Amino acid sequence: MKGLKPLLSVRTLQKRPDFTLDVAFESDSALTALFGPSGSGKSTILNMIAGILRPDSGRIVVAGNVLTDTDARIFIPPHKRRVGFVFQDAQLFPHLTVQQNIKFGQWFNRGEKHALPLDAIVDVLGIGALLKRRPATLSGGERHRVALARALLSSPHILLMDEPLAALDDARRSEIMGLIERVRDEFSVPIVYVTHRVDEVRRLASRVVRINAGHVVAVGDTTEVLSP
Amino acid sequence: MRVATVGTLVGLPVALLAAYALARWRFPGKIIVDGFLHLPLVLPPVVTGYFLLLTFGRQGFLGKEIYDLFGITFAFRWTGAALACGVMGFPLMLRAIRLSFEAIDRRLEKAAGTLGANPYWTFFLVTLPLALPGILVGVILCFAKALGEFGATITFVSNIPGETQTIPSAIYTFTQVPGGESQALRLSLISIAIAMVALIVSEVLNRRIQKRIAVFE
Repeated sequence: MKGLKPLLSVRTLQKRPDFTLDVAFESDSALTALFGPSGSGKSTILNMIAGILRPDSGRIVVAGNVLTDTDARIFIPPHKRRVGFVFQDAQLFPHLTVQQNIKFGQWFNRGEKHALPLDAIVDVLGIGALLKRRPATLSGGERHRVALARALLSSPHILLMDEPLAALDDARRSEIMGLIERVRDEFSVPIVYVTHRVDEVRRLASRVVRINAGHVVAVGDTTEVLSP
Repeated sequence: MRVATVGTLVGLPVALLAAYALARWRFPGKIIVDGFLHLPLVLPPVVTGYFLLLTFGRQGFLGKEIYDLFGITFAFRWTGAALACGVMGFPLMLRAIRLSFEAIDRRLEKAAGTLGANPYWTFFLVTLPLALPGILVGVILCFAKALGEFGATITFVSNIPGETQTIPSAIYTFTQVPGGESQALRLSLISIAIAMVALIVSEVLNRRIQKRIAVFE
């Protein structure tokens, strides 16, 4: 993966009657924040990187792999993209135990040579005691840790996080932010992180793409972009 | 019993496909297809039976083809009774299955996609297991309906003991002959028992689904 620069390159255009999304940015950062107010199009961009949404036109490249290129008629379906997606409300499978949930992605990518170690992930995220339980019995913070583990175990080339802390109280937010820092530093999976909270950007991100009303307002290092 | 079981089991895959299509896909004429599939629920059963006779009878355009292809006859055989029961129970099964598909949070399927599961795996590992209680409810309702099916069956395949006779048509026969009352009563009680069990089981399963839906919130 190293040496393929840039790590992430996104250029997309999407026109809707009431909203136009027109963004282009690149990043090599370990954690890139897509930062902007609600409804600015951040989540849409994330869904386009994951292949859940298809842009009208554009090109998305992750770690040297062209995932979307409307000019060349390339559109890799989500399940072949090797992206880990952490949803705002976790989206754990309610009919499976925690263990089955986190092994779901691992099983589909079992040919992966550089698979991330299950034990280390379970250990770092502190979910060892939860493995036999069902998602319905977990607290909000626990669900997020399991969702993070599940995404990591699919050995993604990039980890996409869509406001993962929005539904949590301040104590839990701080705790999960600490875990995201560890994941960022220990598992060397680049992360794209969508948020509207400036404290999360400041603590986690090294590069910020600031978005407003469907357009990129600023791209740069966290200190530059956040200074007035 | 055999008639109802076969009718239900044969109808199940068709109902699964139709329910999935109605719940998920958008296509022109969807309302008409939807209405057509639910027709047996509101039509007089005799009308349904008569149309089955026209299409699947020995001289009917489908019945003839199927006989030529597979050597299966429907008219006045137990297979025909199964077909009639299946058709009559189908809308009930379709409804239950469709509702359970619609109750599933589609983001779960997207989550499965980002984890590397292709659409087929996603269907079998996520969609189908989550819809399972609804599918069981549908099967039970269809089976109960098939057991009690009278009008369409008697019109299509008549009432031949040991071949096309179902519980209701047997009861009807017993009430028509002198001294058959005790037999008719016995069969009626069996019929009530089966229906009660089916309804209770489906209600219990239904509560489980409700619980599961609550989990999504």
